[in-house]
Amino acid sequence: MLNNLKILFHQGKQYIPDVATATVPGIFRGRPRISAGAGHEAELAELCPTGAIDAGPLRIDLGKCTFCGECAFAFPDRVQFTTDPKIATNDRARLVIAAGTDLPITLNPDLIRGEISTFFSGSLKLRQVSAGGDNSTEMELNACGNVNFDMGRFGIEFVASPRHADGIVITGPITENMAEPLQICYDATPDPKILILAGTDAISGGIFEGSPALDRRFLNQYPIDLYVPGNPVHPLTFINGILELIRKRRR
Amino acid sequence: MDFRAVKNNQLVSLASIPVWDYDKFLERNTALLADEHCHCVHYFAFPQGKRLRLFCCIADDAQGAILLSSAQVDTSRPLPSFTAHRLAFHTFEREIHENFGVEYTDHPWLKPLRFPHNRSDRQSGIANYPFFRIDSEELHEVGVGPIHAGVIEPGHFRFICNGEQILHLEIQLGFQHRGVEPLFLEKKKPLQRLTLAESIAGDTVAGHTVAFVNLWERLCGYRAGANLQFARTLALELERIAVHTGGLSALCTDVAYQLGSAVFGRLRTPIINFFQVWCGNRFAKGLIRAGGNRYPFTAALAGQLQQVLAGFEPDFEEMCAETFTLPSVLGRFEKTGVVTHEQASAIGAVGMAARVSGVQRDIRASHPHDLYAMLGHQPIVKHHGDVYSRAQLRRREIEQSIGYIRRLLEQVPAETDQPPIADQPAAESFVLSLTEGWRGEICHCAITDERGELALYKVKDPSCHNWLALALAVRNNEISDFPVCNKSFDLSYCGHDL
Repeated sequence: MLNNLKILFHQGKQYIPDVATATVPGIFRGRPRISAGAGHEAELAELCPTGAIDAGPLRIDLGKCTFCGECAFAFPDRVQFTTDPKIATNDRARLVIAAGTDLPITLNPDLIRGEISTFFSGSLKLRQVSAGGDNSTEMELNACGNVNFDMGRFGIEFVASPRHADGIVITGPITENMAEPLQICYDATPDPKILILAGTDAISGGIFEGSPALDRRFLNQYPIDLYVPGNPVHPLTFINGILELIRKRRR
Repeated sequence: MDFRAVKNNQLVSLASIPVWDYDKFLERNTALLADEHCHCVHYFAFPQGKRLRLFCCIADDAQGAILLSSAQVDTSRPLPSFTAHRLAFHTFEREIHENFGVEYTDHPWLKPLRFPHNRSDRQSGIANYPFFRIDSEELHEVGVGPIHAGVIEPGHFRFICNGEQILHLEIQLGFQHRGVEPLFLEKKKPLQRLTLAESIAGDTVAGHTVAFVNLWERLCGYRAGANLQFARTLALELERIAVHTGGLSALCTDVAYQLGSAVFGRLRTPIINFFQVWCGNRFAKGLIRAGGNRYPFTAALAGQLQQVLAGFEPDFEEMCAETFTLPSVLGRFEKTGVVTHEQASAIGAVGMAARVSGVQRDIRASHPHDLYAMLGHQPIVKHHGDVYSRAQLRRREIEQSIGYIRRLLEQVPAETDQPPIADQPAAESFVLSLTEGWRGEICHCAITDERGELALYKVKDPSCHNWLALALAVRNNEISDFPVCNKSFDLSYCGHDL
């Protein structure tokens, strides 16, 4: 007992008091910033490993970006990555960063379904499905619930069964071999339910886009309630994205 | 012509690898495995027109050499199998069968391995897996997955139980198959291939990426400077500390020990956050690059890392001291999920799964790369092969890695101005790269064609050997002990399914 108390005393307080204003340590690559002006568009588009950079006009699609940062190394006068982790949104178009803009990425309130804030603002239970995920985003989603990020304090938790869930979080590019289990899991989740894509692989396929081992047809059937970019997703990106989704109301 | 003996990361011409008739190929390679210091690091088929050239790569840990040989075979003729002589070849022959339709006359069980998109029999599907069955009124089956209760990757486990006791476990994989190996050939840009290497297993970014860059640099005739070797060695050891600490947390979770789960879980945070301070990513994605160093390791970073370790160590030791003496934890860990020395040796186990059963197998010692020769690594070996040993091994390896990192930090090499790498691989060549990731031995192989383009890229995660160890470990255990057994191996699904 004494030993346990000693351990608790030595650990102290580990939680992040306010996830909305928390900053990430070090040189985190979050929301990028593209300078206005011109130059190097074609080279930037050419060097990107996943085709996330479009040359005319210059823009970066965070749904495809692997956040490798090579574009910022090659042409720092055109592309820089800020440490802003809040890059989740429900509007696919808002993931495309245009040149000359330096605004936070937010959710589009007009796209939030009314039932989300009605039913889920105080409690949201999620079932996670890894469909070809490489286990890095999965580990970060686990980290969302650890004593540092403590997502549970907002009533947001991962649950063991789709029957207990209010929504599904998909990671990975959705392999052909996981397409059917994913559909079964979705069908087993009671309505109303939300659908979240976590990580670049889930949003666009990432580096696996176009692989014949994928089957992404599941995504054509349902609206996506939240896109959470990242490679892997940072816990602060995920938690802040979800909080905005369940708390923001349609105007 | 004898075996072609090579060192780890040695480039050889394709023509220098002997081509034997299949009978000799089988006899010589299976005979090597009679000695425990030899094990199969890779065995794969390279299609050449309508024929296959089979390449077998046996590591001789005593000599620090890898013995290469090959044979040309027709896919239409059934072959006698390696597996009938040595069980350690079973996954490799199942892969050759699944991908190319090669039949074997005496393979004990040619079960599907991962249902790849380019499998030879497209009629087979993952929903129709041929499970082993025992017909008995006293037994029942339990199916778990592919989607598991926790936030982890998918795979299906089928238990045959007598009451609470597991008689047999069959592990069905393939759900994570993304087509990684063909993509290495299709994606031509080096940065795309690096991104692929980083995505093979996102929990082993350093392990797989170091294997890839060491291989790629050797193919392109580039010698990494001391600064690059330093960064790679450091990243591998940091990754080991981070994942092992997370593993201890999960082991505590699986025996309902909340304090250990929370404290080990939070102790992982400063280690992975250091990766973020160093390279901007908590999993070290973006850190390791062929022929360069985007994130030089500065004196300031060295000071920060010293502080991180100084903060980590006392908390870690305090938590270990409590966990490893707590009767409620020991009662669940000890004598649970035992893999005997004979079993580990027979199935060709590698990494942690081998070392807890008294099989001394560690690439850092036997085939050192980067700065491991300088560190003079001595593997930690345990003998009981149970969950307790696998937990203890993590603790000791974390302590050992902290020691290595402190030694590395005594001499941080200066950044050198090396010429950039010319991304032009040598033509008609073969190179094999081994690294010891936190889970165990990672092997990448490449073959180039006459124009120097990649003609074959093969990846082997340690999980390919070790999944069978888990299936053996849970026999005669209670089914309620399965989660803690599974976590004690902590194997990769995507690394296996590729």
